[in-house]
Amino acid sequence: MSSSRSSRWGLRFLGIGYLTLLLLAPLVMIFFKTFEDGIGPPLDAITSPDGLHALKLTLIMVAVAVPLNTIFGIGCALLLVRHRWKGNVIIDGIINLPFAISPIVIGLSLFLLYGANGWFGPALADVGFKVLFSIPGMILASVFVSLPFVVREVVPVLQEIGTDQEQAASTLGANAWQTFWRITLPAIRWGVAYGMVLTTARVLGEFGAVTIVSGSISGKTQTLPLFVAKQFEGFNFAGAYGASLLLAVLALSTLLAMNLLKRKEA
Amino acid sequence: MEAHAAHPAAAPRAGIRLPGVGAGLGRGTILLYLSVIVLLPLAAVASKAFDNGLDAFWTAVTAPQAVAALELTFIASLIVVVINAFFGTIIAWVLVRDEFPGKPIINAVIDLPFALPTIVAGLTLLALYGADSPFGLDVFTTRVGVVMALLFVTLPFVVRAVQPLLLEMDREMEAAAASLGARGFTIFRRIIFPNLLPGLAAGVALAFARALGEFGSLALIAIAFKTEVASVYIRSLVESGNESGAAAVSVVLLGASLLLLASITLVQRWGSRHDRGGNTGLTVMPMSGEDFTKDQETDDE
Repeated sequence: MSSSRSSRWGLRFLGIGYLTLLLLAPLVMIFFKTFEDGIGPPLDAITSPDGLHALKLTLIMVAVAVPLNTIFGIGCALLLVRHRWKGNVIIDGIINLPFAISPIVIGLSLFLLYGANGWFGPALADVGFKVLFSIPGMILASVFVSLPFVVREVVPVLQEIGTDQEQAASTLGANAWQTFWRITLPAIRWGVAYGMVLTTARVLGEFGAVTIVSGSISGKTQTLPLFVAKQFEGFNFAGAYGASLLLAVLALSTLLAMNLLKRKEA
Repeated sequence: MEAHAAHPAAAPRAGIRLPGVGAGLGRGTILLYLSVIVLLPLAAVASKAFDNGLDAFWTAVTAPQAVAALELTFIASLIVVVINAFFGTIIAWVLVRDEFPGKPIINAVIDLPFALPTIVAGLTLLALYGADSPFGLDVFTTRVGVVMALLFVTLPFVVRAVQPLLLEMDREMEAAAASLGARGFTIFRRIIFPNLLPGLAAGVALAFARALGEFGSLALIAIAFKTEVASVYIRSLVESGNESGAAAVSVVLLGASLLLLASITLVQRWGSRHDRGGNTGLTVMPMSGEDFTKDQETDDE
């Protein structure tokens, strides 16, 4: 058995070593780098007007994209799982697109649609509605990139829970609406919550698509990730690391929430 | 509506269902949402790419800088996918079959690249492996740095695709093989690996798609000419006002994405005994939530 024991140690060493060098060590480094010159510089950068505005804008993105994609996600998952239809495969395929498409291409697509020479750009500009380089465009980008998560989480849960309880409820006279609120939603709630957490993480961190549609104007159309890039490019490393640390803390809370939800389900 | 539910025969048989009109309305709403958010924008890219005819498209795509960018993107993604297929399988194995203190923490950390904003991922890599690296190397504006960033962001895909298959796997097959005299590596090659293949393939395809399009983690690292990947090139085209050129290169990336998504669907049909969505033909993405409905304790016994 000694060879099996040594191969076990070898694999453990390889796997954990890889994770440490690639994920853990860089993450620890962020904490170290941020506070290299004390807490002052990073704190000043985040609490500067531009920093605070970036934080606010990031939270606005989350506040709009997450509810929108949650409602869409639940409805879409119900239709896909409970209503057989030839077109379901196509809907299912379209939903996966944001997973596979480059954020830059997503940004470009919105740019071409709502830009000055775009399909909708001129008409919307005539009625005074600005999509590009302003919040609506950034919201569209955020919704696009985070679209699949709730659907993908809820579909397997819906398939797993089956329909017995829902049938019982409707036999007892509950209408579809009552059945949904009393039976279906409670049964899928952790899956929904998990999907929402993934959606939030994705929206918080979106960079590529938003960078194209927003123009990254400081204090106007800059989310936290864009703020990080601007600070770094301007050699203001304290600001870049400070904002990164804030985002990393948000990411770690997301990770914690993901694990708590998994445990809840188990 | 006639839904008095007076006659029990009309009671829904498949759980909560919308009446016929409702389902149609729901589908209409969903298709409208998908069209506005996803399809129309992509159609704009496709149309822009061929705005000036097929020749202009071809010229844009075969421009030396475009070819170099696409080549680098595909080669780097390929390297990344091979490395992560190897280490991802090992990590999944260690997480399922090994026991050591701190395992739940390691298991949670796998999802970090899903949660961490990509720009932060790039910055952390520069902090450790950049100009003043304690290891004395500098990956800033190098191709090694590009590969490293892509390794970081695609790490979870293979792990999370392989892990549930390892959890589900019937250990008796391995025991039988061992009792017939097979040694460790033979068991892996002949018994375990074939069972992991559908998950591995799906994870690799998703990781490849992600690597092809990755931008955020490269935005700070890959700013030199020799590290210009497709996404960075497209951005520079947009910034210089060459929208149709940007759209043309985007169409190449889009085509690759569509192929990869289609291959994931095919792989899942092929390995459909592992696929909870199999009977309805719906895809199951190997995200961190894949083993979500499973009992987490089973791997700890």
